Amino acid sequence: MIEERFDAIVVGAGPSGNAAAYTMAKEGLRVLQLERGEYPGSKNVQGAILYADALEKIIPDFREDAPLERHVIEQRLWTMDNGSHVGMHYRSDDFNEERPNRYTIIRAQFDRWFSGKVREAGAVLLCETTVTELLRDTAGRVIGVRTDRGGGTAFADIVILGEGVNGLVGQRAGLRPELKPDTVALAVKEMHFLPRETIEARFNLKGNEGVVIEAMGTITDGMTGTGFIYTNQESISIGIGCIVSDFTESSCTPYGLLEAFKRHPSVQPLLEGSECKEYVAHLIPEGGYNAMPQLYGDGWIVVGDAGQFVNAVHREGSNLAMTTGRVAAETVVWLKRRREELSKANLAEYQRRLEETFVMKDMKKYRKIPSLLHHNRQFFNLYPKLLSGAAQTWFRVDGIDKRTKEKQIFQSFRAGRKLTGLIGDAFKLARSWR
Amino acid sequence: MMNMVEGGGSAPVKVEERLFQNRYMVDAGRPHIRIRPHETPSKALLAMTRLCPAGCYSVNDRGQVEAVVDGCVECGTCRVVTAQTGELEWNYPRGGFGVLFKFG
Repeated sequence: MIEERFDAIVVGAGPSGNAAAYTMAKEGLRVLQLERGEYPGSKNVQGAILYADALEKIIPDFREDAPLERHVIEQRLWTMDNGSHVGMHYRSDDFNEERPNRYTIIRAQFDRWFSGKVREAGAVLLCETTVTELLRDTAGRVIGVRTDRGGGTAFADIVILGEGVNGLVGQRAGLRPELKPDTVALAVKEMHFLPRETIEARFNLKGNEGVVIEAMGTITDGMTGTGFIYTNQESISIGIGCIVSDFTESSCTPYGLLEAFKRHPSVQPLLEGSECKEYVAHLIPEGGYNAMPQLYGDGWIVVGDAGQFVNAVHREGSNLAMTTGRVAAETVVWLKRRREELSKANLAEYQRRLEETFVMKDMKKYRKIPSLLHHNRQFFNLYPKLLSGAAQTWFRVDGIDKRTKEKQIFQSFRAGRKLTGLIGDAFKLARSWR
Repeated sequence: MMNMVEGGGSAPVKVEERLFQNRYMVDAGRPHIRIRPHETPSKALLAMTRLCPAGCYSVNDRGQVEAVVDGCVECGTCRVVTAQTGELEWNYPRGGFGVLFKFG
């Protein structure tokens, strides 16, 4: 396919692959990047929130020309029952800063922009090219890839796999195990268009301010999962996702669940009159630290979703993807400068460097959370109902005295989950969180 | 694939109406997912008739599961769910083919 030998081949042009390709190309390495979509972003799906810090460490002046939607000034956390929600909102004018911290983005546009930077830095990008397998030498070290472009091959000193959650290349090469239905979530999302003034009025925004809503409760019909609503300039991203093994046991369809979320009385007025222009679905790796595969080997490194780098509690993924891509690339550049081999032993430096960043620290901190949430459904179906019931008892003025109301609330919790259950849940949550 | 599917806790939803908004480059005659011939589908494969977010799977008169993958959004759920049964031959579409997300 390509006669030239490269320093590195990057599989995939999402946040992790682009971060890796950009970082290496900028340091003068010869980089070939392969993307199966017609253009970078055409196969990629995210909510999507961009965390500025991770991108700033790669492209400090990204705000000058990156396609950003709105900077987030308000975060709403909702626990929902069928007809209500209890919300915790944090809104601050401090987020109206010169260099905002978080932005909503539209991935197909953002990935195209990022890819432009990668090519400006000197990397060679081939789109419409699906990598079909890794090539190895007789000693088993990875030396290149085979593609579906007439079976063409390309060779390099290292292959960086940024192929996404459902990446087949590394998996079929035996570099990491098959995804398990109980450590991966299926999310579906729609893009709803509305005039920007309408969005600003409905969400109490001005200019480019944005709101993020994360929701949990009966909207997932007893399954482990969450919903989200993100404001873009002239559109609203709305989606919902649940653990795949929960879906297999339920009677729900993913789009039925999304439809019910959209029709919830707390949500429906936000979308009223909108036009849906796209429906997408994607897997999210939610197994956390315990589901992470081997991250490197002779001639290869895995980055981003393919390496399970998602912090499901904080809904962070793209920033972990960019950071792992950058750190992988920096490790490769460092080894190359020292004229050291890109062997498994030397590439252990990648993981050592990651351990020093928020990526591994957060993955480790929350290592017990995925299984806690998956085996304790009361956090998704019972507690949201109890919270809503308590709020209604408390706020409804109906001639019942407040001490009686307090008792009613306490009794509703005891009836729902017994005192030992309540204390046990608090203990389990605290122990998993620390 | 024109089946009305009941969604959990909601009114019937036609997934076709959603997929209609999407852009696809269909690789005619070369489906990227194939179901291996079977008499009786596994529970996992049968679950895909409800679980597939693009409604690609349906049951025929003889109780076998069939797939029409033109509307596939390439999430990989069916691949993960049936990994143990080996009933699917699953590959990504050829480069440039399949779904093309406008927004993603």
